[in-house]
This record gives sequence, structure tokens and C-alpha cells, in this order.
Amino acid sequence: MTGSADFFNEMREPDGSVRSAYSDYCQWYDGQDPKLLRRKHDEAETNFRKTGITFNVYGEDEAEERLIPFDMVPRIIDAGEWRRLSRGIEQRVSALNAFMHDLYHRQEIVRAGRLPERLLRNNEAWLPNMVGFTPPGGVYTHIVGIDLVRTGPDEFFVLEDNARTPSGVSYMLENRETMMAMFPELFLRCPVESVSDYPRRLAKSLAACAPECAEERPVVAVLTPGIYNSAYFEHAFLADQMGAELVEGSDLRVVDGRVAMRTTSGYKAVDVIYRRVDDEFLDPLTFNPDSVLGVPGIMDVYRAGGITIANAPGTGVCDDKAIYSFMPEIVEFYTGEKPLLPNVETWRCADEDSLKYVLDNLAELVVKEVHGSGGYGMLVGPASTKKEIEEFRAKIVADPEGYIAQPTLSLSTCPIFTKKGLAPRHVDLRPYVLVSPDKIDITPGGLTRVALKEGSLVVNSSQGGGTKDTWVLKD
Amino acid sequence: MGAKRLMLGRTANGLFWMFRYLERAENTARLLDAGLRMALTRDLVTAEEEWRSVIATSGQKTAYEAKHASYTGMQAWNFLLREKSNPASILSMFGLVRQNARLARNAISGELWEAINENWLIIDEQLAKPVGENRVLDTVKTIRRAGTMARGALQGSMLREEGYHFALAGMFIERADAIARILDIKYYLLLPSLSYVGSSLDTGQWDTVLRSVSGDRAYRWLNAAQVDARGICEFLILDDRFPRSLAFCHSELRSNLAALARIHGSEGESNALMRDADTRLTNLTIDEIFDQGLHEFLVEFTSCNAAIGNAIAQDYRFLA
Repeated sequence: MTGSADFFNEMREPDGSVRSAYSDYCQWYDGQDPKLLRRKHDEAETNFRKTGITFNVYGEDEAEERLIPFDMVPRIIDAGEWRRLSRGIEQRVSALNAFMHDLYHRQEIVRAGRLPERLLRNNEAWLPNMVGFTPPGGVYTHIVGIDLVRTGPDEFFVLEDNARTPSGVSYMLENRETMMAMFPELFLRCPVESVSDYPRRLAKSLAACAPECAEERPVVAVLTPGIYNSAYFEHAFLADQMGAELVEGSDLRVVDGRVAMRTTSGYKAVDVIYRRVDDEFLDPLTFNPDSVLGVPGIMDVYRAGGITIANAPGTGVCDDKAIYSFMPEIVEFYTGEKPLLPNVETWRCADEDSLKYVLDNLAELVVKEVHGSGGYGMLVGPASTKKEIEEFRAKIVADPEGYIAQPTLSLSTCPIFTKKGLAPRHVDLRPYVLVSPDKIDITPGGLTRVALKEGSLVVNSSQGGGTKDTWVLKD
Repeated sequence: MGAKRLMLGRTANGLFWMFRYLERAENTARLLDAGLRMALTRDLVTAEEEWRSVIATSGQKTAYEAKHASYTGMQAWNFLLREKSNPASILSMFGLVRQNARLARNAISGELWEAINENWLIIDEQLAKPVGENRVLDTVKTIRRAGTMARGALQGSMLREEGYHFALAGMFIERADAIARILDIKYYLLLPSLSYVGSSLDTGQWDTVLRSVSGDRAYRWLNAAQVDARGICEFLILDDRFPRSLAFCHSELRSNLAALARIHGSEGESNALMRDADTRLTNLTIDEIFDQGLHEFLVEFTSCNAAIGNAIAQDYRFLA
């Protein structure tokens, strides 16, 4: 197996020797019959279809259920690497939560001159209804899925914070289940940290954030937009695994100052809602009046302390890429420490000097819309034609505040299984972090997304990306 | 005993309809099976009559005739199996089974979900293209096996909580409705005129009725070779040993509704209607039914059966 020398190869040293995290795995792999492995590869896909781990895509004619391609070579991180990474994640998430509280209260960070006020004014995710209100337990970001990219042995960078409604955790769990079903012997050989208790940890963490009026065993419900939502499988999966209810807006209404769900014997109060519905659809009385996905009046109940909403409305502020560019300052401001996890270098086109630099170097940069997500609305300079670059230049000039730019990252590679054997492909990593009043809980593992196309740096499933099981080794 | 936990009304509705649609798809498959059997043993002209009667019995005559001017086996079974314009086709039914299973996903066991999902994948693939003579029996078998697997998974893996009873209630209401409809259509629509009663065409058609509810062997086991309208009606209406008789369906339904009342600590309208239905059906003889008029009896039964279904939806808040 060869790899480009410009990228950090997580499996092999530049001299071709196997890095220690992968040594047990490689030993096992070398003893396998490639033909048998190819068959296993097909089996994995059948297994995903049978279990129904699909996402919905709506085309012009009819809905289609698609699989996210699964690669059966695990991505392996050793115990030491993970420990250092965890500390950085914990610091960042703790700062995010403190930041949210401050933003909706005294805004000390703005008063201290560390964050320009206009970033809040122009932020679409900013919710005036949240001002002066503290959610139960003081938790805003109950579930965070930070996107990380790696460039060296201990060099991880945060690409996005995803403090709103990070998805994909069902793939972390099902990828592991599939791996254990296909290669039980591997797990006897390699000391891999378990991820399977994530749903239990999630249930516990959510229950710990219940409002004071909650029952002793809080009633937790997952709020889904419904079976036509692209991530419905995940919503149903998590509710099932947590033993929680899976509710839609039409199941809920406000009864006696509480949000209640219609059971077979009448309305019953819900204590914690893990919502997979965006802010603007949450309450037609407060936000989008046309929404049928939400619950009329839920925001009033929320502000009166009658329910916990996870994540809190208004946390989308952190997902704004202009705010992102200030994260190093934000981390330092609230933790009093230097950030352990660096940001990817970011030029804010709103600043004149940066704008000039960006426009001069478009062919080398990645330019993103401040409010965009999912790999859409971006320019990958090195992979674009002159015409595309010029078109994008016009967009930036017309609205500099709407864009940020980053260098093209040297994403690390991991091997994937191909017809011709193992071949390196670029990967990123999304660990899942749970926040409760007294704990930040990071599940050892996460979702590794992989760009299946040779040389590609885009890992999004909507654009040819796949996923891998992610192993954190025990000490 | 652990904590009592009640499900969402919407989820209960999903379970109820998941098993209703499953039963409906399977009933159509059984009917088709009987039709194929007849077609294989008759000449072409009679076969055309058979397919006409299969379509009529399925209750899809109007939709069929809007699409086709004639009756051939190939057209008939493809219409029942996979016709897009036919909302009652097995393909659409099974799609609804799976959709309701997804909707109630966290209230059903993984085993039941996989039984539904795996079979849906197979059925969806088998019905992707028109089904020819060489594949039709296999396809029908797949659909019937899907029902068997789902029922097995339900029995073997589901908590005996309200969801289990909602699923079975849906199944038995649908089954009773289908049997009553088959009998009624048979008695009134299939025969060209009363003079045919007792003719070989008549006997043959009664045989098809038995086959279409998979009751031919059971009936012969109990009644030797005696095939007559009265005997068959008695068997399909009153014999509570046969799992596809009206008496059996209502006896099962009664126990599901009683279990639901126990779980909820109170009876509802559905329990009251069920009691009325029981009173009417018990102690009834086939002679009394024929004196009253079979059609009149079946119409009353069907409307009462439907009323129980509606009352369940009301009692347990299926809809907002």
C-alpha cells in the first residue's frame, strides 16, 4: 500500500512500517483470504439493508432509501491519542456551553471586546426568546458532535462544532454491530473500547437535565419530523435503544402548563424532549407559524421551567462559521486556558485584509458560506475550474460577510478495502459528546467519514462519502 | 412486576394497521393461490370466468375493469400483485405494512421489524417487473410466508402489552371482514342465476371459496367429501376450531379487547360492541342464518365488525 507523502497516513509510517495502533489489525489482515473478505464486504451491505439502516432521499419521482457506503477496515486510534483528544474536546464543549449562557445573559464576551457584537446581530440562529432564560441544569448543548480533521500523530483540528442537532450516531453504533457480527475474532484479538452503551449514557444524561417538576424517573421523548425525514431511521433507532418515546408534533400539546403526549389512555406529561426538529419549526406560536412539526406553546412551557428541550433552542449560534472563527478566543475567555484543540486557520471575508488575501488566493482555498452546511455552497479551490472560481469570486465580492475561507486541509488518510486491496483515503472524525449539569461524557469512538473516491477530500455522504467503524484502543 | 407503560395513540394505530394491511395482503395472496389452482385445472374459457370471479371476490372489479377490457390470468394476477393504479395491490399493501412498522418501530421487537423489512425487500424486488407464469406461484408463496414470519415474530418476541393486542385486534378484524366479504360476494355476485345452485359450476366455486381461505383441507378433514353451500357456510361462519372462521376471529378479538380493558383498568365502547356481537353469534345455527338470509346476516356482521374497529380507534385515542 502506498500513500501520498503529503498526507498523514494513520496506518503506515512514511517508511512503510505499520503504526502501533494498527499492528494487531494488520497482523490479522495479512492472514485473511481476500476473496473471503470481498464476500464479507457484500454481506455487510445486505445486513444494513435488512436492519433498515438507511436514509431517505427525495428525488423528482419517488422517495428512495439509500445506504451510506460502509467500509470494513476500522479506523484505529490508540489510548494515548484519544486521552489527549478527549481533553481538548471537553475543554471546547465546556466553553461552548458557557458561551451560550453568556450570549443569552450579560454578554460579557462582547463587553470585554473579544467578540464583535455584529456577529450576534447578523446571526440567523440567534433567538431573542432565549434572552435572560437559563435552561434546566444550565445545559444548552446536551449533545455535541464536533467534526475533527487530523494532520499528524497528535494534530487534530476542529472543523465544525455542530452544537445544534448532530446526526450520525446510529452509524457509529451500527457500524460497530456489523463489525462484531462479521469479524468476532478481531474483537477477541484487539482491545477495543465499547461504544454500545451510548444510548444508555444518552438516556441518563438527558434525564439528569430534567426540569424540577419532572417525575422521579423522567419521561424522555425523541421528537422527529416523521417517517419522511431523511434521518428518521436514526430517530426511531435512538428512541428504541433508549426506551424513550418517539413522538411527532401531532402527538404533543400543551396541557395544564406541561407539554403532554397523547397516549392510549390520555395525555401524559413529557419531561425531556430530545428534538430532531430545527428551532424554527419547534413552536408555530413563536417561530414559523406554518410549522406542523412542532408544538404550539412549547416555548412558553419551556420558559416557565416545564420542560427540557435538548439541545436548547438558539444553540445554532455556535454553528455559524463566523462565530467558529472566534472559537480560540471563546475557549480562552471562558476556561482561562489556551485551547488544546486548534481551529482550522480561517479568514473572515468581512475583514478587508482577509478579503484581499482570499480573493488573491481563491485557487488554493476552501471558501464556505457562513450559514451553509453539509458541504453545499462551498468552493474547493484546487478542485475547481477557472470559471467556477470566477463565479464564486463574484458571490464573495457581493457579500463578503457571508463567507469565510480556509486553507485546503491535508486530511489524514486511512486504508479502505478495495478490489485491489487496501488503499488510503481521506477521513474526518465526529466524536459524540454528552453534556449534563455535572458531567461531560465523551463516548470513546465516533463516526469516521471517509471520501471513497481516490484523492477526494469531501467526506459528506451526500457527495460520495462513506463511513467506517472507529476504534479507540484500551491502554 | 415492572412499571406499567402505555404507548402513544398514534403508535397503537400504526400497529393495528400494520397487521390489518399484512392480513389484507395475505388474504389477496390466498385468493390468488386459489385462482391459480383453478386456472391450472380448467380449460381456458372457464379459466376466464375464474379470473373474473377472483377479481370480483377481491373487491377490485371496478378498478380492474377501468384498466383492462378482458380477463386473463396474467393480467389478473399482475393487477392484484403489483398494479400501480390499484391501491389495494399486494405491493401497495405491503408498502403500507412496512410504513406502519417504521412508524411503530420503537414499539415492535427487532425480530418483528426484520421479518417485515427483509420480506419487503424480497417482495419489492419480485414485484419490480411483471410476473410471468413461471414466477407467480413463488411470489404468492413469498407473500404468505411473510405473513407467517411476522406472526411468528409477534408471538415469539413481543411483550404481552397493549401493542401486542392492538396488532392482533387489527389482524382479526381484517380477517373477519375478508371472510364475510368473500362469502357475500360468492353468494350474490358469482352465480349467474339461482338455477345454478347445486350445479357443478356452483360446487367448483364453493371449492374455490374454501381454497381462498385455505380451508379446503380442514373442511374435508372434518366433513369427508360433503361439499355443499350450507356445510361450507357453517364451517366458515360458526366453526370456531377453524382459524379463518368468523366465530374464531371474534372469539380471539374478544380476548384481545378484554386484555386491553384489563391493562387500561376500564372497558370502553369497543368492549360493549364486542359483547353485543357475541350475543348475536353464539347459539346461532346455520339454519337460522339461512332463514334470516345469508346476505342480511353478512351485511350486519360486517358493519358490526367495522364498528368495533372504529370503537377501538376511539377508545384508545388512535387519532388526535
